[in-house]
Amino acid sequence: MAELRRTMLYDLHLSRGAKMVPFAGWEMPVQYPMGVLNEHLHTRSHAGLFDVSHMGQVILRGPGAAEALEGLVPADIVGLAEGRQRYGLFTNDAGGILDDLMIANKGDHLLLVVNAACAEQDIAHLRQLEARGISVEPVTDRGLLALQGPEAEAVLARLVPGVAAMRFMDVAEFDWQGATLWLSRSGYTGEDGFEISVPGDRVVAFAEALLAEPEVAPIGLGARDSLRLEAGMPLYGHDMDGSTLPGEAGLGWSIPKARRAGGARAGGFPGADPILRELAAGPVRSRMGLRPEGRAPIREGVEIFDAAEGGTAIGTVCSGGFGPSVGGPVAMAILPAGLAPGATLWAELRGKRIPVAVTPLPFHNPSYKR
Amino acid sequence: MLKYTEDHEWLKQDGDEIVVGITAHASEQLGDVVFIELPEVGREVEAGEEIVVIESVKAASDIVAPVAGVITAVNEALPDAPGAVNEDPLAAWFFRIKPASADLSGFMDEAGYQALIG
Repeated sequence: MAELRRTMLYDLHLSRGAKMVPFAGWEMPVQYPMGVLNEHLHTRSHAGLFDVSHMGQVILRGPGAAEALEGLVPADIVGLAEGRQRYGLFTNDAGGILDDLMIANKGDHLLLVVNAACAEQDIAHLRQLEARGISVEPVTDRGLLALQGPEAEAVLARLVPGVAAMRFMDVAEFDWQGATLWLSRSGYTGEDGFEISVPGDRVVAFAEALLAEPEVAPIGLGARDSLRLEAGMPLYGHDMDGSTLPGEAGLGWSIPKARRAGGARAGGFPGADPILRELAAGPVRSRMGLRPEGRAPIREGVEIFDAAEGGTAIGTVCSGGFGPSVGGPVAMAILPAGLAPGATLWAELRGKRIPVAVTPLPFHNPSYKR
Repeated sequence: MLKYTEDHEWLKQDGDEIVVGITAHASEQLGDVVFIELPEVGREVEAGEEIVVIESVKAASDIVAPVAGVITAVNEALPDAPGAVNEDPLAAWFFRIKPASADLSGFMDEAGYQALIG
């Protein structure tokens, strides 16, 4: 196995007592002494600092970069205003999802943030745009932090005046003691917050400055997972992969009218035919929330049945666990579309069928500043 | 005096019964416990039989019967407050078992257990 990579914050994690685990080829903090449960609750009530430097940051530069990227991503990138960010998908020829990503329009370039596990493949995929005169520049000299939670704005504004004016999905650059920060008001927790790209030689100092604020605690990947699960956000490789159509994954909303059949820039991305056909007809299967009865967590891989005994397996849990803010187990599964909210299904756990209620996503309503 | 098993359980002899819980080391390894399923009182169990399901925020695991015997009582407060296992693992007992043989001399003492977990 290849050597695990370490982010610029590795020593900081150790100094804070983090338990480190392998994740997507990186050695990352899964939790700190506070523990997953309290880290989760702290983020929902105060502010949590996450090291997300393992994620890939990529700059696309050149005339027509937005048009060119629309050839790989079924989103409205041409219409993305300067200073704004949007969610999108890389798709394959079968209409499946290669990765999900954030795309920011920073005026003279686009800034992409992609999943760590897919970064290498995504960059290779993007390199086909070079034939159209677009430069593809992986950003390797910056760390990436996420500050999330209802107190994130107040904390960050103390260090970086002016950030409070940003709204959800805005992007902007700010100076912090001579270092240029790339900010976006976004995240992966269902809370208001920011993702902050910091020059590598200053990222530890900036993280320490945030952690010195009384509202801020360091948060590991364990709580990141339960936070995003409660927020109903899919995780690549679990809730979607190369065989999942966007509609099935519950991500049809990321494909706007302009890119759909009859739109101004319809199609023109890998898998356009199956993807647009699915969106026009309505998905046959769709990602839904499940609330299990009782306290037992229903985890990834558990089969979902349509009857308390016998019956048919109609889907498999793609993400599931304990939701600390919900105060009970929560799960997501891709199931036949059209199941009514509140409908009862059964999860087979240790040979027993546990009733689970179909629940609209998210489990926890986001607190974004729109 | 407490005895310990290789499965990170603590055992406390109380008359002709044994009280069973998990060690602080085990509760730290598990992380925050969110679900516990206890055996039925009166159940006859074999040594090594998985009789408690314990789930943390991270994963599911089992607690096994340390000896063969009959379950005489369970800590009914635990399923409603599973976090007690993290707060005070020595107070958060899981079940009492009346063993077929009362001999606990085969289990580790504190020093032996500390050597095991290093």
